[in-house]
Amino acid sequence: MKILVAIKQVPDTATQVKVGADPRLIDTAGITWIVSPYDEFAVEEALRIKEKRGQGEVVAVSLGPERVKEALRSCLAMGCDRALHLNDAAWNGADTLATARALAAVIKQEQPQLVLCGRQAIDDDMGAVTAQLAELLGWPCASWIMEEAVDAEGTTVRAARQVEGGLEVFDLPLPAVLAAQKGLNEPRYPTLKGIMGAKKKEIRDVKAADLGLGAEPSQLSVVGLEALPPRPPGRIIQGDVPTAVKELVRALREDAKAI
Amino acid sequence: MASAFWCIVEDDRQGAPKKVMAEVLGAASRLGGGPVEAVWLTDKASDAGLKQLGEWGAGKVWLLENAGLAPYRSEVWAGALADLAAQQSPRAIFGAVTSRQRELVARLAARLGVGLAADCVALAMNGDTLVATRPVYAGKLIARVTWAKGPWVATLRPNVFRPAEAQPGKTAAVERPAVSLPPAVMKFVERREEVSTGLPELTEAEIVISGGRGMKGPENYVILEDMGRVIGAAVGASRAAVDAGWRPHRFQIGQTGRTISPKLYLGFGVSGAIQHLAGMRTSKIIVAVNKDAEAPIFKIADYGIVADLFEVVPELTKEFKKLLEK
Repeated sequence: MKILVAIKQVPDTATQVKVGADPRLIDTAGITWIVSPYDEFAVEEALRIKEKRGQGEVVAVSLGPERVKEALRSCLAMGCDRALHLNDAAWNGADTLATARALAAVIKQEQPQLVLCGRQAIDDDMGAVTAQLAELLGWPCASWIMEEAVDAEGTTVRAARQVEGGLEVFDLPLPAVLAAQKGLNEPRYPTLKGIMGAKKKEIRDVKAADLGLGAEPSQLSVVGLEALPPRPPGRIIQGDVPTAVKELVRALREDAKAI
Repeated sequence: MASAFWCIVEDDRQGAPKKVMAEVLGAASRLGGGPVEAVWLTDKASDAGLKQLGEWGAGKVWLLENAGLAPYRSEVWAGALADLAAQQSPRAIFGAVTSRQRELVARLAARLGVGLAADCVALAMNGDTLVATRPVYAGKLIARVTWAKGPWVATLRPNVFRPAEAQPGKTAAVERPAVSLPPAVMKFVERREEVSTGLPELTEAEIVISGGRGMKGPENYVILEDMGRVIGAAVGASRAAVDAGWRPHRFQIGQTGRTISPKLYLGFGVSGAIQHLAGMRTSKIIVAVNKDAEAPIFKIADYGIVADLFEVVPELTKEFKKLLEK
């Protein structure tokens, strides 16, 4: 069974992010880049499906500039077999729909039985690509999955998606798209052997023209980025615990009207 | 006629719209860009629910009531909604950030070939276009975004937009359009309910209590739950506490958990790691209790107490009880 995992390279959660000279973009100087954490759950799950079935291929794919190769290399080190890098200036500033269209085109070429994504990338936090891919491909999708099981024949996947108050379990005929939620698995760390092996694995550049796509204006565009307005200065309530607690309750009731 | 602003109804699956709909309808009304209409996809609407939508300001309810719409499946809902949108050409389509709608509107936007702005915290008309504001990069920055063409599709973060004030007696015209449902591809197997804590759902709660590493172990969350019962709060946890296995992941607040925006957030033994702040920094009032005066959470807290949470929590529960019993 061929599985494709779509990943995104994002700034590390602990990294400082500042508005760049072009106020629609961030200043990328000094940023540490990582594979978006939810995408690691997707990679891990794809590898587990392959290992459980004892055969198959896991292909990592990502869209973005040259630096994205590093993120793809991490996926190869975890155990993905090869990688595709959608690397073309035509995709600069791609919104979720333009990204989904590019990914859908590469999926039509690769013809995997299953596509896994993370629930959202932790940079723009849209969480839209999974469902948009499913729509463009005409496939079913399940978002925020906590469990999955592909049947022995490789024709159906049973997925449990997290919803308010519980889990909803569905059978999806393959091919299908799934989005991983935290809790699906615990991603492995690449072994030294994996890291060495990854250097020999293929990362193939894919251009828009290879997919029969041209430059496409984004449907959603950023007008500007701003730093979050600072919160008004807070107040440390002094005094022994009973006194401080009484004052807190009074302030919450009378000043903040929060209770 | 100016084309309409649609609000997709999130309901309790029993025929009643959820309170977040008052927020979505209120936000759409305040834009003043066109008539505000609700679109309700359900297997079972109720008269009370339709009345409620009218009182919250929907001039019209497009009611798609069909047994085939339960349980929710994106391929069915998006198809039906796209059909109706093609007939009626709304100017905007708004949803709430819920498990169903965040997926539904993404699928819908792809089908309509338009932009999607998810998890918006503000909306404004700028002349003839809509501009949405949304947190990005773990809430370190906010982005203002706009659409190349309509309909403008967006989801709104719960608890952020001021709810519409109910206008008793105001009614919505109910239309039952002829829309054919695409066949369901996904087969429903089962729904597994979580063991109920008897406390509100994290993302819907107006008050959220959160316990971090300082809770010392899973057995101690009971003191937070006791407080939760007194003030009607949900109880969540930081990533450190979830990763330690003290709380199930569904209780995690933060960048790799739930994003919350309650009226009041109370953090106990939470240090305030950047990824936790990402999930709660749009809370209206933030209270932090931590032994460590240097904990980063104090930088964003409106009220802080530097003390041992195990002394503060029982005392605070007692004081809340006294206050609310008055």
